[in-house]
Amino acid sequence: MFPRPIETAAPAAQAAYKTFLPLALILWLAPLLAVAVFSIKPDADFTTGNYWGWPSSFEGAANYGKVFLESDMPRYLLNSVLITVPTVLGAVALSCMTGFALGVYRFRGNLWIFFMFVAGNFVPFQILMVPVRDLTLDLGLYNTKLGLVLFHIAFQTGFCTLFMRNFIRQLPFPLIEAARVEGVAEWRIFWFVVLPLMKPAIAALSVLIFTFIWNDYFWAVVLTQGVESQPVTAGITSFNAQYRAAYHLMSAGSIVAALPPVAMFFLMQRHFIAGLTLGAVK
Amino acid sequence: MSAATSDAAALDQKSWHARNQIAVTPWLFLAPGVLFFLVYVIFPIFQSFNISLYEWDGLGQADYVGLRNYEDLYWEFVDRDAFYTALWNNLIWLVMYLLAIPAGLFIALFLNQNVWGIRLYKSLFFFPFVISQVVVGLVFTWFYDPTFGLLNTMLGWVGLGPVNVLGDERLVTYGIILAGLWPQTAYCMILYLTGLNAVDPEQVEAGRLDGARGWRMLWYVVIPQLRPATFIAFVVTIIGALRSFDLISIMTQGGPFGSSRVLAFYMFEVALSEYGFRMGYGAAIAVVLFLIMLCFIAYFLFSMWRQERGR
Repeated sequence: MFPRPIETAAPAAQAAYKTFLPLALILWLAPLLAVAVFSIKPDADFTTGNYWGWPSSFEGAANYGKVFLESDMPRYLLNSVLITVPTVLGAVALSCMTGFALGVYRFRGNLWIFFMFVAGNFVPFQILMVPVRDLTLDLGLYNTKLGLVLFHIAFQTGFCTLFMRNFIRQLPFPLIEAARVEGVAEWRIFWFVVLPLMKPAIAALSVLIFTFIWNDYFWAVVLTQGVESQPVTAGITSFNAQYRAAYHLMSAGSIVAALPPVAMFFLMQRHFIAGLTLGAVK
Repeated sequence: MSAATSDAAALDQKSWHARNQIAVTPWLFLAPGVLFFLVYVIFPIFQSFNISLYEWDGLGQADYVGLRNYEDLYWEFVDRDAFYTALWNNLIWLVMYLLAIPAGLFIALFLNQNVWGIRLYKSLFFFPFVISQVVVGLVFTWFYDPTFGLLNTMLGWVGLGPVNVLGDERLVTYGIILAGLWPQTAYCMILYLTGLNAVDPEQVEAGRLDGARGWRMLWYVVIPQLRPATFIAFVVTIIGALRSFDLISIMTQGGPFGSSRVLAFYMFEVALSEYGFRMGYGAAIAVVLFLIMLCFIAYFLFSMWRQERGR
């Protein structure tokens, strides 16, 4: 193990490490903690300049209540869910199939198609912006959740294919050979042999894509406009314009907007990290 | 008679299917994904190249102007000091953003211990990556705020004057990059934590017996084994640096006086904002950004291709 385990160090060094650890964490998360503190302060504290002192009263419930009951925030959150969940389903479904095709079969052009997905996944969004916006307008899907979902599915299929194909390559191939010898049809091999083995990859990809899409801002701004279709990342800017200088509400709103992926991460931590670090170890 | 032929046809069909099943199946499985990807990702790249040769407001007639959009960019005929500032800032982003890699390694080494509660510490250190960049941008805007921001409050404790990071043309890009480094470092950290888990303990022990300690051990024994993690960290950091849009849009809108623009933001500003819908000109900027990215994509693909061949 590197670095040398701290248990083998002198007791003083151990104590130092254990006290420094929480301090480092607080320092690391300071900007976020500040926002959390802001979000439970009353309005009065900001007008009197009591930014960093002890809150004169704890208004957490009132602030968050306002965000949920008196603003468009719930609507934006719902939009985000309605954009994110179908995207996750669509991208994972498509990439299970492409990953299977590219991971299991040997045919001419296999690597080229794979590289097309990988390369496409890396391009800057701006090169796609004008044509994709046009296409969405032509389809009559501008400013709809569906328009956003279709693009997200297509784009995320690139990353998901990379992920799925590499995952399938690590599966034991003799299993598929055995099924073929038995005369099992190829689609049944996909459905009954390979798909059950892909469960960990599907779980990992689902949480990853959920986070990516929930946090998307660029495409939300390019393809949607109003409260009826904008997700929460874009909505938060109109929310902030509405509550300009009301820092307690803006803070509460930001925390609400950030929370779902955070919850997802803590619930599915193992899968999330397995997904992010696929390939980090040979 | 007719029943017999249809039977024979069915048999023939079946045998054709049986014979070609393995050749046909991958294409059937690929079709929907590839189609979607072509329509929404691959074709638009070429369309953008085409649009960059036109002058077009997105609605009316598109006029073919050849390479004039690129000339305008090169000589900065349209927006003074916009293109080269954005290009230069992109370069700063690329270089500074790479600091996330050593910083992530440093935190990973710091956290790679087995004390009580370390798993929770690791997750909490990773936290910034999960939050949307929009919120990171807001958080850091307030962090830098000259009147009440935490940064200036802390500077005040040690007697240093207030700094308006986001209002200062020389500091603003670095201030935004620092905000971007926060989640990116967390990402690199988690890559390295996983990598460190897989470092061969026998090699480390052998190194110890040979008298390698501290830096030398890190440099000669541990880092070479972390190569795959470093490669991924490099890829995602480069992509992240060239995609920097959210933070700039939230924190400064490219200001003050356009000094924090990067190509990604400048393109959006030109093509889709109140300054007018100059789609062709925007597409030309996007093409420049794409060509920069293409150098890296080629390198990434080449590395992957070498790995594939090695398998």
